[in-house]
Amino acid sequence: MQYKLTTPVTREDLSPLRAGDTVLLSGTVYTARDAAHKRLMALLDAGEPLPFPVEGSALYYVGPTPERPGEVIGSAGPTTSGRMDTYSPRLLDLGQAVMIGKGARNQVVKDAVIRNGAVYLAALGGAGALMAVCVKRLEVVCWEDLGCEAVRRLEVENMPLTVILDPKGGDLYQSGPAAYLASLAEK
Amino acid sequence: MRTIPAADITAAVARLCIRANTVLPADVAAALDRCHAFEPWPLAGKTLGLLQDNLVQAKERNLPICQDTGMACVFVELGQEVHIEGNFEEAVHEGVRRGYGEGFLRKSIVADPLRRENTGDNAPAAITLRLVSGDRCTITVVPKGFGSENMSRLGMLKPADGVEGVKKFVVDTVRLAGPNPCPPVVLGIGVGGSFDKAAALAKHALLRPLDVKHPDPFYAALEDDLLEEINALGIGPQGFGGRTTCLGLAIEAAPTHVAGLPVAVNVSCHVTRRAAEVL
Repeated sequence: MQYKLTTPVTREDLSPLRAGDTVLLSGTVYTARDAAHKRLMALLDAGEPLPFPVEGSALYYVGPTPERPGEVIGSAGPTTSGRMDTYSPRLLDLGQAVMIGKGARNQVVKDAVIRNGAVYLAALGGAGALMAVCVKRLEVVCWEDLGCEAVRRLEVENMPLTVILDPKGGDLYQSGPAAYLASLAEK
Repeated sequence: MRTIPAADITAAVARLCIRANTVLPADVAAALDRCHAFEPWPLAGKTLGLLQDNLVQAKERNLPICQDTGMACVFVELGQEVHIEGNFEEAVHEGVRRGYGEGFLRKSIVADPLRRENTGDNAPAAITLRLVSGDRCTITVVPKGFGSENMSRLGMLKPADGVEGVKKFVVDTVRLAGPNPCPPVVLGIGVGGSFDKAAALAKHALLRPLDVKHPDPFYAALEDDLLEEINALGIGPQGFGGRTTCLGLAIEAAPTHVAGLPVAVNVSCHVTRRAAEVL
């Protein structure tokens, strides 16, 4: 199935999604990699507000290349999400609804996805030019000193994503290869 | 004796950093096309198609193929009849600074692995220098992304582990990496030498075009076997499932000690970049 979603999203928006479905995502997406996540945790520890509204939000794990003059963004594919595993459950429990990246997540993140009715979506790893085409506006929110790791607000249109972890516990990185191998066994 | 000014090396490295990051080598693009044609699994075929679209977008919009424009690994084969006027290493680092600046490439290097302050210009390069005969200087720039680099492994096997042990280690490396290194992957494999030599061989193996087989039929056959085993894992493009897990691989072997069998696997991705010039 293919779904069209616009952020911020609700649990109800996400509940029909299953591992292997594709999503065209539009709306606001915030960027954050490990360095930014570490600072987000420090803010929470200090009891201070986060630099963006977390409820129903989508975070994209990306560090784009610098934009050329007149361009919105440079190349902007996903980074390996596993480096955010330590931080993600806390944000999901606070209302973050969508994680966008690539690569495997640990069981703690999977549990947090199920608990909160969230999703983990894969962007195309290594396809930075293709992902950049969907970004219509970019604005640095905070921590410019982090360079490519600064938190940015992106306005995206029809960003092509694939559901990896769904609210029912589905995991495409398990079920996808298994289904392909089973199709060979049937022949 | 032939003289090459250091400034010429800087200019060449800068050009190569930009070219390598925007245009995929023809052999890697061809491997992607070939694998797409033979991919039986629909989602995998669709995913490979999008990776091909990405190459077109990168070219048309003058964008880096991947946002991880990598650590600049620079391989230099320096003819021993060449005299370089100026500081060779500094010339290479300056080329990286210039290329990553002028090319709007991402600066991904931190000056210290634990204190982690970004150098801001993607320098220094990781330089591998080899002295060869002649009066030419061949420079190859390999921008290496770390999504795949992080999935690389090195094992000190026992001689008794033999060919089967090496095969198992390589296949396990790809299985353990799963979706993380942006499959379909490309592998550089180093067998033999010492602890450090095996890793250097593995990285150097990534320089060999994917349509060139190992000159020794024994290793050429081993390469074919490994490719087939890896593409039976089912991981598929991006780890979504499918046949195409690996686009190609190259083995480099070297003499080793009677007591050892080092093997190193340098994992690279479908954006395996390299660009070369001869000065």
